[in-house]
Amino acid sequence: MSFSSAGYQLQPVLPELVLAVGAMVLLMIGAYRGQGTTRLVTALSVCLLLLTGVLELWLPAGKLVTFGGSFIVDDFARFLKVLALIGSGATLILATEFLSVPSQRNFEFAILVLLSTLGMLVLISAGDLISLYLGLELMSLALYVVAASQRDNAKSSEAGLKYFVLGALSSGMLLYGSSLIYGFTGTVSFAGIAAAATKSNVGLVFGLVFLLAGLCFKVSAVPFHMWTPDVYEGAPTPVTAFFASAPKVAALAVFTRATLTAFPGIVTEWQQILVFVAIASMALGSFAAIGQTNIKRLMAYSSIGHMGFALVGLAAGTVEGAQGVLVYIAIYVAMTLGTFSIILAMKRNGQAVEQISDFAGLSRTNPLLAFVFAMLLFSLAGVPPLAGFFGKWYVFVAAIKANLFTLAVIGVLTSVVGAFYYLSIVKVMYFDQPLTKLDPMRIELRTVLAVAGVFNIFFFAYPGPLVSMATAAAKSLF
Amino acid sequence: MTTWPILSVTTFLPAVGAILVYLLARGGDESANRTARWISLWTTLITFVVSLILVARFDPAQPDFQFVEKASWLATGITYHMGVDGISLPLVILTTAIMPLCIIASWKAITNRVGEYMMAFLILETLMVGTFSALDLVLFYLFFEGGLIPMFLIIGVWGGPRRVYASFKFFLYTFLGSVLMLLAIMALYWNAGTTDIPTLMHTAVPRSLQTWAWLAFFASFAVKMPMWPVHTWLPDAHVEAPTAGSVILAAILLKMGGYGFLRFSLPMFPLASHDFAPFVFTLSVIAIIYTSLVAMMQDDMKKLIAYSSVAHMGFVTMGIFAVTTQGVAGGMFQMISHGIVSGALFLCVGIVYDRMHTREIAAYGGLVNRMPLYALTFMVFTMANVGLPGTSGFVGEFMTLLGTFKISLPTAFLATTGVILSACYALWLYRKVVFGALVKPSLMSIKDLTLRECVTLVPLIVLTILFGVYPKPVLDMSAASVQQLVNNYNTAVTAVKAASLVVQ
Repeated sequence: MSFSSAGYQLQPVLPELVLAVGAMVLLMIGAYRGQGTTRLVTALSVCLLLLTGVLELWLPAGKLVTFGGSFIVDDFARFLKVLALIGSGATLILATEFLSVPSQRNFEFAILVLLSTLGMLVLISAGDLISLYLGLELMSLALYVVAASQRDNAKSSEAGLKYFVLGALSSGMLLYGSSLIYGFTGTVSFAGIAAAATKSNVGLVFGLVFLLAGLCFKVSAVPFHMWTPDVYEGAPTPVTAFFASAPKVAALAVFTRATLTAFPGIVTEWQQILVFVAIASMALGSFAAIGQTNIKRLMAYSSIGHMGFALVGLAAGTVEGAQGVLVYIAIYVAMTLGTFSIILAMKRNGQAVEQISDFAGLSRTNPLLAFVFAMLLFSLAGVPPLAGFFGKWYVFVAAIKANLFTLAVIGVLTSVVGAFYYLSIVKVMYFDQPLTKLDPMRIELRTVLAVAGVFNIFFFAYPGPLVSMATAAAKSLF
Repeated sequence: MTTWPILSVTTFLPAVGAILVYLLARGGDESANRTARWISLWTTLITFVVSLILVARFDPAQPDFQFVEKASWLATGITYHMGVDGISLPLVILTTAIMPLCIIASWKAITNRVGEYMMAFLILETLMVGTFSALDLVLFYLFFEGGLIPMFLIIGVWGGPRRVYASFKFFLYTFLGSVLMLLAIMALYWNAGTTDIPTLMHTAVPRSLQTWAWLAFFASFAVKMPMWPVHTWLPDAHVEAPTAGSVILAAILLKMGGYGFLRFSLPMFPLASHDFAPFVFTLSVIAIIYTSLVAMMQDDMKKLIAYSSVAHMGFVTMGIFAVTTQGVAGGMFQMISHGIVSGALFLCVGIVYDRMHTREIAAYGGLVNRMPLYALTFMVFTMANVGLPGTSGFVGEFMTLLGTFKISLPTAFLATTGVILSACYALWLYRKVVFGALVKPSLMSIKDLTLRECVTLVPLIVLTILFGVYPKPVLDMSAASVQQLVNNYNTAVTAVKAASLVVQ
């Protein structure tokens, strides 16, 4: 009783507990019954993620705080947790085919995704620097392993190793920053830091810079983006799909929560960092993608650019900005999952292909697929009336309100550059002569693509629910 | 008056047609192609008929928006708001009237991927009608920018040899201009708390914001119009696009720029418009004279007409920014007239292109000997393009010049030389193509207009001559709205002048 009266209720962490216990049970099933259970474990993992999501929504409404303020469940957390769970669940569904090949069969993949998702949930709810680090490491450690999950493939191993080394470096920076912040404010809780950090001093800003550097690494924002193209290209495609969706949600969530709730007193200090990071990411994401020929590498640069756009909203440092980030990331996840379900479906005679030129003439051989993909690409470019436009609308409208005109102008200009390379893919699909037909798409890929495609094309008709949820979520931070 | 949402029906009917084409015309064989063509034709015809109901019920004495529909949409202040007034209705009708002709013109010319082609056109029609009838800035932007996607595909898939270059140039140029406008829309949103166009028209915008927002809107509309020096995408897009694509581009898409100036720049930023008027006059005059000279040097028929479009749009911008009743009404009329005439000219080029597969002027000559009907038709439109009295081209040019004379004599004087220059290039083109001896062996067996081609051209001939001698229907329709626009503008400008006098 005294445990719960001291602010340590277990109810707010119930979904996380269920997920953790479930993951361990599934691990046991796999460990005792061998690789033959891959299919079963994966299916159960999807169910487990679903259950976690349901529990998350079943928790009482309002702001729940536990573990002495280090774990917070508010509308913001609920929104992003559900999104992260959708991302992870969809990835597992997308990976079914990959895992069904005997040589690639490993039940650990699903377990690692579950553990990584657990880390994300902790990260999204983090209310102090300790739980932030805890969640971040749990998420990342699992990610390092899945990146290298194709052990016999040199590229995959390279990707895993590269990600691990750079990730460890960034964790070090983050820890160093956290220790400085602790030293200068005397507390690790976000609320405590906010109370102490009312005006800027050199030590605190120093710590803040290192903290943000660590977070920028996780969202793959420039100048900490170098790992992204190599890891995206080297990792098995379902893993890349995973990297591009759920972890980005979690990292962006903690980025938003940490800056807005722990450092509201020194907005101008972190705003200039974010403005720089956003501009650099948008510019690099658009210009560097132009020369790419590998679709996975291109998606890496695209995700760098998109993180830049999301950070535009955060740079505003307002409720509208947070709302913009939330709408943006939700739409981004839908677009990414749709795109990756197409990339996963790119197979010719059972052999996976991943060059952009392999899409040549897709509009002739498979008109519907080409149409949906083209719409996803136009959406990624931010052309109305597709969903991607609304994401951009909300982040830029926040930036304009915060008088960040230079940032907004540079941002929309880079989106024009970005449109060029998305158009190049449309060009390959629609204007070029067809190659031999791609293999038919599997049902689970089709399902994910259909959901993502419908969301993406028809978002304009009924944008209300997502927007009002994002508004409520953003307000819960302030 | 019944309550069915007639404007939304007009807007979204073509989209329904596109879905029907997708569902019913599958397979890509000849029978599917035929189905696609007929569905599209009927859809566009029905849309046209529905849009005529708008005309019948429209009250021209009323300067405000009519057929207004409102529904909640994105947020408070950003709603689904539709409506037309005397400025947008003529353009809506122009769109719905030109579309069936485009479908007929593509009947034989397009043989591959017919279903997709028709779907792209129908979606484009929805977006174009939506652009002219949206009464919310975000909604307007959605339609305005959405139009890029089908047009990009039309040029890129069914275009000529340099279609990839042309389609990218078209898309990126327009996109670049529009994203800047998007930022201005956001700034207006925070200024007024809404993107509702009628509300924004009556909301005072601070002077500095007016300047910046005017420039941002100008960036978008000047590219779309297109004005010199950002017109270079147009000749490329026109040359590479299929005939019907060129017709749509010239007849309707270019009008979105002029419509934007009338709908947004003048009513929302009157002071900035006043400040920038000399700048617009300069660009217009350069466009009229320079592009006319460039047109004389072309050896491709479509390119020549494209440059002449830029010159004619110069008259429109000049008339609009004179902001006199005659100037604005003339600009409005010139847009409609140019929509008919330039659309028809591109159809004429398409007719010989379908037969000879070349647009080079030098490849033709003496067509009058084999194609008397064609020669007659082409002559009517050439004369209208020149601005011969009795054709609709004259009325628009005359009124814009008349309106501008009162405001800026040098501008009007220089612009008038454009009338002479347009006679030079248009008559030169006509002489090269139609007159002379029929000596080229490839032309010996060329056939005159078919019935289908006559069906597309006769309505345009009738309208060109009708509006040339009796422009009243169009002018009456827009008169009240134009008058209100000019009055509001003058009130705003004189108020500031009076205030500055008091300060002095």
